[in-house]
Amino acid sequence: MIALLFRDMRLAVRAGGGFGLGLAFFLIVTVLIPFGVGPQSEILGRIAPGVLWVAALLACLLSLDRIFALDYEDGSLDLLATAPLPLEGVVAMKALAHWLTTGLPLTLVAPGLGLLLNMPEDAYFWLVVTLLLGTPALSYIGTFGAALTVGLKRGGLLLSLLVLPLYMPTLIFGAEALRRGADGMANTTPLFMLAGITLFTIALLPFVAAAAVRINLR
Amino acid sequence: MRRAMELKVTDLACARGGVPILEGLSFSLASGEALLLRGPNGIGKTTLLRTLAGLQPALAGRMSVPAESLAYGAHADGLKAALTVRENLMFWARVYGTRDISQALADFNLEDLVDRQAHSLSAGQKRRLGLARLLVTGRPVWALDEPTVSLDTDSVALFGKAVRAHCKAGGLALMATHIDLGFTARELDLTPFKALPESTGGYVRSGFDGDEDFT
Repeated sequence: MIALLFRDMRLAVRAGGGFGLGLAFFLIVTVLIPFGVGPQSEILGRIAPGVLWVAALLACLLSLDRIFALDYEDGSLDLLATAPLPLEGVVAMKALAHWLTTGLPLTLVAPGLGLLLNMPEDAYFWLVVTLLLGTPALSYIGTFGAALTVGLKRGGLLLSLLVLPLYMPTLIFGAEALRRGADGMANTTPLFMLAGITLFTIALLPFVAAAAVRINLR
Repeated sequence: MRRAMELKVTDLACARGGVPILEGLSFSLASGEALLLRGPNGIGKTTLLRTLAGLQPALAGRMSVPAESLAYGAHADGLKAALTVRENLMFWARVYGTRDISQALADFNLEDLVDRQAHSLSAGQKRRLGLARLLVTGRPVWALDEPTVSLDTDSVALFGKAVRAHCKAGGLALMATHIDLGFTARELDLTPFKALPESTGGYVRSGFDGDEDFT
């Protein structure tokens, strides 16, 4: 199981793995926003938390279709399904590898991009906290979507349509907790909701995703 | 020497894409035996192997594959182009809880290629790496789908030797192949077990027969 985690992470950072892709996308989107909105720093500072959350979410989406599609194409998904690993564990490890190579790096670079958007000082701490709590849910929900669309040609677009609505609760509570935290208000409730959603997806979705993979392999 | 085991299939029916293609198939295979599946394209060799590997459910019938015993080798080798030969093989070794890949590398003449990335291998070299994976699984039952595709005669001989050694050590091998592997093995022609065109699914057929047994 750990071997699978390391293999997926190694594949993600090697050539064509898409590790830098999400990060570069995140950077470019954030840099584009001031061009679109204009250079008024107080407006930028006000929208920065929301912009960073949406950009992180879209950057996460970018590499989702690789989770299963590549393994399906070269036959290793069949071999993994017949290997002595529970498929639920395989799915959970793949989602974890996805988070470690997208969600976690995004969280770590987000404060630097907050600087570009003139984000208020108090928001930095909460930006990192909410992204850290929220991005695992993005990877696990995304893995479920990828499992549903594995084997479909050009499934990436359908995957986005399936997954984006499911991302909404995470976005709502994540951005809300961040906004309240930045304004110095109590944000325990949205923060707990965010953590709850993440724990719920980690606990439940690997089972659902494994069932979807089994059906798609038939 | 492994403990003796038996693979037994009784009255099996399987389908591909919802269409029944094999029915009434029975055979058994004991330790040390190799069985070659024959039959024209589309007869259901791949479907049978996938059913045995547990990748798809059987429509009817029973199969007793000893649990945790089968290693499946598909058309595709399941190699990662960005990983080296050693990394590819080590990954499967760790998945199957074995550590030693040197024997598998030696048996398939891959020792000079260990640090090459898989995308730079030729088709035959990739196939040899895919077959070496079987050795590191340590599983007694091999279910192989066209294992000799894109292998040259020398490599086919290497593969034949590996299968013989595997059977000699008490393993079982079930292969869909058209090529002569250089040893005598039992053959099973699947043509007589082709599902009749009018039997479109178990329940429809039971409507005709009336007294079908569903146990």
